[in-house]
Amino acid sequence: MDAIKFCPAGDCALIAEFGNRIDEDINSKVHALARWISERKIPGVIETVPTFRSLMVIYDPWRISYRRLTGILKKCSFESRDTQNTQKEIIEVPCWYSGPDMDDMEKLTGLSREEIISIHSGTDYKIYMMGFLPGFVYLGGLDKRIHAPRLSTPRTRIEPGSVGIGGSQTGVYPVASPGGWRILGYTPLKFYDPEKENPILCRAGQYIRFVPISREEYERAVTR
Amino acid sequence: MKLHIVSPGPFTTIQDGGRYGYMASGIGTSGVMDRFAFEAANWLVGNKHGEAVLECTMMGPSILFDEDCICAVTGADMGTTIGNRPVEPYKPFWVQQGQTLTMGFARSGCRGYLAVQGGFLVPEVMGSRSTNLKCALGGIEGRPLKKGDVLTVPDEHHSSIMDRRCKVPVYSQNVTVRVVLGPQAEYFTEKGISTLLNETYVVSNQSDRMGLRLDGTAVETVSGSDIVSDGITLGSIQVTSSGQPIVLMADRQTTGGYAKIGTVCSYDIPLLAQLKPGASVRFRAVTVEQAQRIYKLKKWRIFR
Repeated sequence: MDAIKFCPAGDCALIAEFGNRIDEDINSKVHALARWISERKIPGVIETVPTFRSLMVIYDPWRISYRRLTGILKKCSFESRDTQNTQKEIIEVPCWYSGPDMDDMEKLTGLSREEIISIHSGTDYKIYMMGFLPGFVYLGGLDKRIHAPRLSTPRTRIEPGSVGIGGSQTGVYPVASPGGWRILGYTPLKFYDPEKENPILCRAGQYIRFVPISREEYERAVTR
Repeated sequence: MKLHIVSPGPFTTIQDGGRYGYMASGIGTSGVMDRFAFEAANWLVGNKHGEAVLECTMMGPSILFDEDCICAVTGADMGTTIGNRPVEPYKPFWVQQGQTLTMGFARSGCRGYLAVQGGFLVPEVMGSRSTNLKCALGGIEGRPLKKGDVLTVPDEHHSSIMDRRCKVPVYSQNVTVRVVLGPQAEYFTEKGISTLLNETYVVSNQSDRMGLRLDGTAVETVSGSDIVSDGITLGSIQVTSSGQPIVLMADRQTTGGYAKIGTVCSYDIPLLAQLKPGASVRFRAVTVEQAQRIYKLKKWRIFR
């Protein structure tokens, strides 16, 4: 396995980076390394966090040093699992496109509101990773025409169910949180529900399809 | 035995060493902000390592005890009293049946800790009793304490530990913390890195258990601080596009999309945990090898 870049994240974590893009091949290597580590049970490794393009490894420096751990990881060899042939599992996510950043999105993209909605809801997005918040899905495949930079100062509170765009990514806020994404709209679907036995709605590898709904449909779904 | 919360204080939560193993589905670790004060509190009352304690921010609770109990207070000096009698921090003490323990405003430091012998009997959720507000789990219903809450504590006592003592720390509101640069140091200009390592930053009043937001000279990036999201750890210093650093703390998110210029060393996190809004912070760079050497020395000097 070549081309893994290692970098410390302080004294108790490191990042193994496979690239700096959102890319299906890079992402599958990340998950493969996570599996490789968990199968080997390396003493001192506490947990790993797979992301689009890197794996964070949390470890105890009392038991293993940065130098020794990277030495072990450099020797890893694996084949990334082929996910192409498996059937697409699609979760439909109704969305009422009425977010506070729609006007800004029109200015930033030069597109009309209708065009933005049709582009955003016209793709099936693969879930590459979970993180940031409980049940938060990181999706690949956002159309370049509606990429938009994050807010320069994050909002201190974004409501659960908010659908947004941050850079080249789109997703849904599962719980109330501060955040810097531009908010396009709202879904009545709960991505994280602590009342449920399985509180997390999705898992990495599934696909998400946004379906535009009206205000009335949104309100009906919320009150139900 | 029961502890009745007469008044909760502005922000008091049950915390332990944190919830590990669930970051990959977006559930963060939570846990205490000041690990040194936490370890000391449990050792002083003879608890096993990692037992849950109360963490109080800026001001503590008033608690009525319905039976005799051995306690210790550590961390910020909150002028703790039983009735009107002051209690010494960093040594075990008895609270008698019917007495009320009151932790007041933090006179030094920002976060105070109360350990009771035997720990708090709240259910373990995913291997931890820590309150995670964002996920609404752990502690008491995943929320801060409120008036009228009743906490259960095991009944048995052992008083063989009553002569335990710890040195009382002095919490400066003007600290320098050690930083390992990276994982995205290359997103910043040489000038930007030099700014971070030479300027003084002020703790904003928007800081909380999630992160310390800092105000000061903007840190210059090469071409913006947006990255393809990757993992965040305790002490990650992310720089938002306005150039202001945020040090991510116990209730941090698991991943994020702002470049991280460096990571504060784990053993300097407790210094940050005790800063009030308005306090000042400076950063000093160390290599990961230096950082891990210091870690090994620190581990045994926690509280004895």
